Amino acid sequence: MTDSIAAIKVEGLRKVYAKDGKKAGTEALKGVSLSIPKGEFFGLLGPNGAGKSTLIGILSGLVTKSEGMAEIAGLSIDAYPDQAKAHIGLVPQEFNFNIFEKVIDIVLDQAGYYGMPRKEALLRAEVVLKDLGLWEKKDAKAQALSGGMKRRLMIARALVHEPEILLLDEPTAGVDVELRRGMWDFLRKLNESGTTIVLTTHYLEEAELLCSRIAIINGGEIIEQGSVKELLTKLNFVTLIMDTAETITPAQVALMRDLAVKIVDDTTLELTLKPGETVNDSIRLMTKIGIQIANIRNSGSRLEEVFVNLIDKDKK
Amino acid sequence: MARTPILTGYFTMVRKDFVRIIRIWSQTLLPPAVTTGLYFAIFGTFIGSQVAAVKGFSYIQFIVPGIIMMSVITSAYMNTVSTFYFAKWQRTIDELLVSPMPSWTVIAGFVTGGLMRAGLTAIVVVLVALFFTHLTFFSMGILLGAVFLTALLMSLLGLINAIFAKSFDAISIVPTFVLTPLTYLGGVFYSVDQLPEFFRTISMANPILYMVNAFRYGFLGVSDVPMSIAFAVMGGLTAVAFGVTLFLFRNGAGLKN
Ligand SMILES: Nc1ncnc2c1ncn2[C@@H]1O[C@H](COP(=O)(O)OP(=O)(O)O)[C@@H](O)[C@H]1O
Ligand SMILES: [Mg+2]
Repeated sequence: MTDSIAAIKVEGLRKVYAKDGKKAGTEALKGVSLSIPKGEFFGLLGPNGAGKSTLIGILSGLVTKSEGMAEIAGLSIDAYPDQAKAHIGLVPQEFNFNIFEKVIDIVLDQAGYYGMPRKEALLRAEVVLKDLGLWEKKDAKAQALSGGMKRRLMIARALVHEPEILLLDEPTAGVDVELRRGMWDFLRKLNESGTTIVLTTHYLEEAELLCSRIAIINGGEIIEQGSVKELLTKLNFVTLIMDTAETITPAQVALMRDLAVKIVDDTTLELTLKPGETVNDSIRLMTKIGIQIANIRNSGSRLEEVFVNLIDKDKK
Repeated sequence: MARTPILTGYFTMVRKDFVRIIRIWSQTLLPPAVTTGLYFAIFGTFIGSQVAAVKGFSYIQFIVPGIIMMSVITSAYMNTVSTFYFAKWQRTIDELLVSPMPSWTVIAGFVTGGLMRAGLTAIVVVLVALFFTHLTFFSMGILLGAVFLTALLMSLLGLINAIFAKSFDAISIVPTFVLTPLTYLGGVFYSVDQLPEFFRTISMANPILYMVNAFRYGFLGVSDVPMSIAFAVMGGLTAVAFGVTLFLFRNGAGLKN
């Protein structure tokens, strides 16, 4: 019964930021719908400005939504805001602890805000700080921590009250590769022990590696959604770049209309293979119509491409 | 997890602020001790000895309650305005906003910080006053009621100021240009009965006049205004300030986008 309730459910979520001085109001979310079952490791993948933080902000109570509905563990954030929040641990994108406070105090106070008695909080703080390799630093002021440690402090703080759902907003941004792997292992174990995790990222690799389901968000809209497998089969077309020995003629182009071929320039072709198609078939046809392939190289997977395109578009 | 974080959350906030107030005592408790010591010495002892008695009390005895009240007003206001604005500026306020603590509990936590600081300051200032004069107590109930309501109101007003503030300047404008003048004109150093009719009437619009007079009544049993009106003013303003704070908090004014 209770297991059928989604950890997170949002429908038609819209957010328009109010005009702030010269900054015009932005429509950061344009009607987002998602349902994240309990126990899932969910990835929200999208370039900067896609609306990831806005969505996380609405779920955690830091941003007010303009339209739509959101539920945490079946509790509407409008009707039961406080109860809904009790199910969540938040790791925000930006550091937001008091840098003049001691590591242990930051974690202990958070436990208190979530209603955990001091005695229990002391035990839990030790567990989470040890898990995240911060126990030796417990009496250090937060400002003395390195960037990676500060990130881990925010994870420890978010976990001290044993939330069922952990929201992580770009937790590995700016964390070096080795530490990132450590963090991935930690999050995977946490998910295996039953915590639902929602992670936003703009690293495709991170989402592919960790998440069981992914939604790709861009410009405030979910453009793709599904299990990682589904998305990969749906989108992971292989694209090959072929250099021809001679200039391609218009007649040859016409003869290739059955192939998913794009003419890049008069000696370069881009061939996309759908799942199940082989290179042999295409080459056979090309040979028949007189195209000599001088060189073939892989341009990478489509999913990567889709994503890179999004990021490029965003950078403009 | 079905915890109600009301009491635990509240005590966590209160403990944290108490430790802070004590740890930085040289910024929280020492300044009022020094300032009021100077007031008592200059206005009470040096000048006061040349000033005629007011309402039957020596000048120093007359001004002591007002000077204590002045420290209470400043310390309560400064405590919430600074802790809250700092939390907003560092975004640590998010720790409270994402927590399941109800808004009113968070407000209560900040306000209690203001009350603690005001209470500790009052004790320090009373101890300083004892070096210069002896204190008489007319009505402990009125005295404590007046100081409590004043500290509560000022803590709430400090919070409202901090909610709207967008810079560190904005949290010192109100104390400097509103609170301090109103306090000086609120009958700390004189009885409004000594003023010309026109200024006496204007003074009646100053809420701090009622706080100072109610507090003084608790010590000396004399006041420029009836106690019923003084308490109605303080209670009414406190209720309005609480309502406004709660409204602002629930709507996330200045806190949420
Ligand atoms: N406080 C704000 N006021 C106005 N616009 C904002 C605010 N926060 C974010 N935005 C805008 O909303 C859009 C989405 O931002 P955000 O949710 O932070 O994206 P992401 O986390 O995916 O990078 C962006 O265009 C951003 O500029
Ligand atoms: Mg973001």
